[in-house]
Amino acid sequence: MENKTEKDVVLSVKDLRVWFELKKFGFGSSGFVRAVDGVNFDLHNRESIAIVGESGCGKTSLMKTILGLYKPREGSITYLNKNISKFQKSDLKWYSSQVGYVQQDPFDAIAPFMSIRKILEEPLIINGVKNKKEREDRIRNVLDEVRLTPVDDFIEKYPHMLSGGQQQRVVIARAIILQQHLLVADEPVSMLDASVRVEVLRLLEKLQEKYGLAVIYITHDLSTVRYFSERIFVMYAGRLVEKAPVDDLLANPKHPYTIALLTATSEPDAANAKVYKEIPPGEPPSLVHPPPGCRYHERCSKKIEGLCDVKEPSEFDVGNNHLVSCWLYK
Amino acid sequence: MNLFKQFKQYPTAIIGLILIAIIIFIALYAIITIPYEEAVRLWRGNEEDTYRNPQKVPPVWVNLFRKDKFPESFSIYLTDEENKEVVVEDNSEDGLINKTYTYKFDYNYSTYLQEIILYGRNSFQEKQPFIEAFIITPDGRNIRVVNGGMSPKYVFRFSQDSKLKRRVKSDAIKGIFSTPESIKNESPELLKGEYTLVTKVRSFEENTKISVELVAHGRVFGVAGTDHLRRDISIALLWGAPIGLTFGLIAALGISILTMTISATGTWFGGFVDLLIQRITEVNMMLPFLPILIMVGTFYSKSILAILGVTIMLSIFSSSIKTYRATFVQIKQSTYIEAAKVYGASNRRIIFRYMLPKIIPMLIPGLVLSIPSYVFLEASLAVLGLGDPRLPTWGKLINDAHTNGALWNAEYYWILEPALLLIITGFAFAMVGFALDKIFNPRLREQ
Repeated sequence: MENKTEKDVVLSVKDLRVWFELKKFGFGSSGFVRAVDGVNFDLHNRESIAIVGESGCGKTSLMKTILGLYKPREGSITYLNKNISKFQKSDLKWYSSQVGYVQQDPFDAIAPFMSIRKILEEPLIINGVKNKKEREDRIRNVLDEVRLTPVDDFIEKYPHMLSGGQQQRVVIARAIILQQHLLVADEPVSMLDASVRVEVLRLLEKLQEKYGLAVIYITHDLSTVRYFSERIFVMYAGRLVEKAPVDDLLANPKHPYTIALLTATSEPDAANAKVYKEIPPGEPPSLVHPPPGCRYHERCSKKIEGLCDVKEPSEFDVGNNHLVSCWLYK
Repeated sequence: MNLFKQFKQYPTAIIGLILIAIIIFIALYAIITIPYEEAVRLWRGNEEDTYRNPQKVPPVWVNLFRKDKFPESFSIYLTDEENKEVVVEDNSEDGLINKTYTYKFDYNYSTYLQEIILYGRNSFQEKQPFIEAFIITPDGRNIRVVNGGMSPKYVFRFSQDSKLKRRVKSDAIKGIFSTPESIKNESPELLKGEYTLVTKVRSFEENTKISVELVAHGRVFGVAGTDHLRRDISIALLWGAPIGLTFGLIAALGISILTMTISATGTWFGGFVDLLIQRITEVNMMLPFLPILIMVGTFYSKSILAILGVTIMLSIFSSSIKTYRATFVQIKQSTYIEAAKVYGASNRRIIFRYMLPKIIPMLIPGLVLSIPSYVFLEASLAVLGLGDPRLPTWGKLINDAHTNGALWNAEYYWILEPALLLIITGFAFAMVGFALDKIFNPRLREQ
């Protein structure tokens, strides 16, 4: 981790804010939903990171902004030293061939009326692969890569003829067919059966190693994180509250929210049925009117009166590349 | 293949398909056997096209259902020497024609002929040829019909000759074909049997050519009967099929495709475009459709293309825009479209390749069901007198029948034939459409 330098940075997110305007009577404004509110991180070449957080914490908005689907209100996202919000049309075209997108629900993520060949051919056609033979070769290669073999059995099929795991492999195939460098995976296994989750995660891991992909893996499920992520970012109410290498974070969580989140992770153990788990009280704060100070202070059991509810914590390094935004570690 | 297998489960749909095939066959038959120009010309009802046709008579096959048969129409060139039915007695000398043609025909019907006409054509320089005709009735009366000079275009109508009327002491046709004793009665007794028409022609110049045609207008004609202008109704019945189907198909397809595309475009771009399309739709839905069409037909043009264009234009922004929009809003949220955006698909590609294909299965049954409604629309406009005046169509027939009081004169065939074809068309498409609806939208399938 230490040997990573500035040069290796693929994606750099600086002070990113993604706000959605709340419309009043169709034209007036009654405030903003601050889905992403001041997120900073660097993603290095060949590195995979996991962004973890509960539903509604802004991780999907963050991801969609990185993909270029949403426009940031403030801050910047730079990909290979180019600011993506200042892209011209040709740059956008180039960027769209650089990022792959693996979605949550495989059945919705692929067009039901297209055959597998057509689904995989579309990105190639759009990104200017004119030679039909070349397209066919690349489709066959990528299907082989995601182990949808024998390829001839799958290439003519339609999505509804495939199982969930196979559909997700098609989604992954589509996300790497343009030889992308950055893969954004939004809960890629949450809709799959437990039995195929590991397979799909292993496949993603294998592809990441083989092609040297930088991966952003978004999940609410900490139990799947350790499969191939190097670092975990914990997101809460639009901010990253803790950033740490996987093993360090799982073994030694610092932020009270991370601790609560880890506690809530269920392990298939019969003994758990009788254990009552400590769950943080209350609900995530409103993103329209976020509380002053640390956003977790209303639910936090270790709250420091007069500090946590007044001043926003900055990032404190607790050593071993472990950053945490909490006054406890000042 | 799979579609056909499912289709076979619905016998009504198969019947509908067969009916559609028959209508399409009629349409193709019409186009091939009577070219368009020919059909338009025949429908103008010129004398040379219609002189052999009786006026307002039912089709021949009504005789199948009657004990008292209606007389059929017939015509024969008496001067055609190769015709064996006519006996020729040739007394020509020195190049001057002097011939007697004897033609015998059986008359076993229970009503009178509508009219008998002698058409003569000849070429002379100064001296008119001479024609003389007799009819010998089964009871031996020899009635002189006509004697006199022949003009170059000679027409002799039996019923309009006052001398003949006086000779038979009655209406000419009635007088000839009744027993003389009963002629004064209210309903004279019809005389059945073999009638003989003896026609003598003489020319008084050399190289005069004479032809005489006997035309008898019966009380039935052809497969479909005739109208008030002696036109053969079958022309309009045949040509109504291709015109109606083309109108219906173009209108239904054009409207569906345009509506769908506009709806998808509005939904995809959202914002101002969507707002504009929605407001135009709402305004358009308030506009009265038929009155506008009638206005266009009255003040601008009755051409079928103009009416088709206006129909499509007024129907694009219909409530379907809103129905489709509901579906498109849902499709727009699909993550496969999000993925397409990420890998750089253009707006146009997303609308045409990603949004429209998803809605097509939903569209097809409605499209098939809407074809007959536009066929009916074309017919209704024709009934209202806004049909293309040049074109023989089903609606035009009903309009003609209506304005000529067909129903008051018991000329039922005139209205029933086109109406039946319209009903069959509607029925056929409805049966196929309902089956397609059940196949494409399985939730509607009955238990």
